Amino acid sequence: MEELIAKLKEQIIAELNLEDVKPEDINDDSPLFGEGGLGLDSIDALELIVLLEKNYGIKIEDPKEGKTIFYSIRTLAEYITTNKKA
Amino acid sequence: MIEITNYCAISGSRISVNGQTDFVQDGDVLFTDFIKAAYRNYKVDYPKFFKMDNLSKLAFIAAEVLLKDTGFLTRYQPEDIGMLFQNGSSSLDSDLKHAASIKDKTNYFPSPAVFVYTLPNIMIGELCIRHKIKGENTLFISPKFDAGFLYDIIDNSFTTGKIQSCLGGWIECGNDNYHAFLFLAEKKIDKGLGKNVIFTVENLTTLYHQGIN
Amino acid sequence: MGNSLKSEKMPEVYIAGNNMMTSLGFTTDENVENLKNDISGIKLCTDKNLYPTPFWASPLSTERLNDSFAGIADIALFTRFEKMQILSLTEALKNSKVDVCDTKTLIILSSTKGNIDLLEENRFNPKRVYLWETAKRLAEFFGNSNQPVVISNACISGVLAIITGMRLIKAGKYENVIVTGGDILSEFVVSGFQSFQSLSQGPCQPFDAKRTGLNIGEGCGTIILTSNSSLADDSCLIRVTGGHSSNDANHISGPSRTGDGLYLAIKGAMSEAGILPENLDYVSAHGTATAYNDEMEAKALALAGLNHVPVNSLKSYFGHTLGAAGIIESVVCLYSLKQNILFNTKGYQEHGVSVDLNIIKKLTPAPINSCLKMASGFGGCNAAVVFQKKIVS
Repeated sequence: MEELIAKLKEQIIAELNLEDVKPEDINDDSPLFGEGGLGLDSIDALELIVLLEKNYGIKIEDPKEGKTIFYSIRTLAEYITTNKKA
Repeated sequence: MIEITNYCAISGSRISVNGQTDFVQDGDVLFTDFIKAAYRNYKVDYPKFFKMDNLSKLAFIAAEVLLKDTGFLTRYQPEDIGMLFQNGSSSLDSDLKHAASIKDKTNYFPSPAVFVYTLPNIMIGELCIRHKIKGENTLFISPKFDAGFLYDIIDNSFTTGKIQSCLGGWIECGNDNYHAFLFLAEKKIDKGLGKNVIFTVENLTTLYHQGIN
Repeated sequence: MGNSLKSEKMPEVYIAGNNMMTSLGFTTDENVENLKNDISGIKLCTDKNLYPTPFWASPLSTERLNDSFAGIADIALFTRFEKMQILSLTEALKNSKVDVCDTKTLIILSSTKGNIDLLEENRFNPKRVYLWETAKRLAEFFGNSNQPVVISNACISGVLAIITGMRLIKAGKYENVIVTGGDILSEFVVSGFQSFQSLSQGPCQPFDAKRTGLNIGEGCGTIILTSNSSLADDSCLIRVTGGHSSNDANHISGPSRTGDGLYLAIKGAMSEAGILPENLDYVSAHGTATAYNDEMEAKALALAGLNHVPVNSLKSYFGHTLGAAGIIESVVCLYSLKQNILFNTKGYQEHGVSVDLNIIKKLTPAPINSCLKMASGFGGCNAAVVFQKKIVS
């Protein structure tokens, strides 16, 4: 799980062009969106859906599910662990 | 009488303001490196910059430099500031990126962050968000900077009261060939400096050519 | 509103011709006949060259496009987009007294992506992907010697083109302006909107509680403007009387949550037209049927005091035609004005925006003397234009 969390942080920084953010700046349990988060917006949420499919083969059918899945790095890692195709 | 109260140009890894070099990088510099260096140089704190495509980054830095220390935004209501730009290759740079992402049907992942920039007017949107500008805005596409046409449009917008001021210019970024020429047009203001240039087709043309490297 | 030309009366801008081409037909008459019969051109598209999985959209018939064009020029020498534009211009000019070759005539082209399908193939010179090159080609085809104006400003391009044409005529720069615009259905655009999850899983439902997104439409339209009343369409004198654009300054793809940006455009257009909310007869909304767009428009209409005005969206008939939308939907506005008839908002059943509106729910005859066409687009841009019948006393 920790390895996945570390990898996710790097992937998110790269895919979402978070230039001045380092992996150690991202708290595992803090909200990714909203105040005090990484300043992510609706396009970032859509990009995360693409990232999930591209890197982990998981397709989110209902974008509304995104709110819970992408809440924090940890919730995202847990979702991937549960749903990743073998 | 309408005046050009400030202008800037970006091309060939050089940024100039009112004809004077303000930031330059020597040698053969890639646009992406140059524009990032400019961002750092001007100590801009706007993380969204890094999500922008090249065209928007170019427009963004040009506007930062253009507006810096002018007090321009304090003089007008957001809805009274116009954004009237011209461009040559639309968003071709981003178009090619998006097209590449859908070329291989076995690796088919179109990106919304890339696609949104396949509309050339997005750069205007980015500037409006950054500087809270809400007035009339249009992006015109032409083979090259058309001072005569831009003059007509801006002049008419002032005359009919549609705008009280505007950012105008040419922002082009395609095939590693980039050139931004941006100016502020306002009704005569008492700046006490006497350095303003009268807004005419001839002056626009002269200032435009001044900034090309 | 300042006006330093008080001593010089600005010319009126009349409509001198029009055409629209969509999945519902290649002429205005054909299109409105289908609208009257509540027929939509939106269907399930299974062409894998456009997208790997089926999607709902509103394409033009390629066969008909080529058959129609074959009577004008060699179909092999022109791109899909160019064929559409040439056909639309030809049809509009056929029924107009305006001379396209006159030096006092300007062409304005509106498109978001033009010949974007050329990125996938190399049958044509890559230079043709440049919109100014396409516009130049169109002007040359019709023998017009002025450098055409090109507007590429997302989904408000069409309305902006009409406004720009109006302004250039009022400024005395041209006597006639031929406003034309279009966009093709391409993999480029379909895949992009899919990545935004903004496509509907069926025919779209503007302003409806169950709306889930838009359908992309393929189409083009032409509106001819003139200051010369003897060239105007005298079956019904209609003028373009006001127009305005604005920016939300909020987000590059998400509509404003308050509608205040679009309200600025509506207010500016109506103020210029000299028309009060209580005297406006019809609003043609952008109505893409995405959750946020329709809500935003509803709020803007409320801010403008236009809740009571009959309003519809036509996008459930021929989809969202992007760079053509503002022109195509304005052509329908012109028809509504001429024939005093309002078209249904197909797909609207249950009110799904937080503001009360007077949404047109069926084909409705009504005296229509004025109409506002509005549009919003990516980049936070908005535009509105007013058309009014000239009441001849």
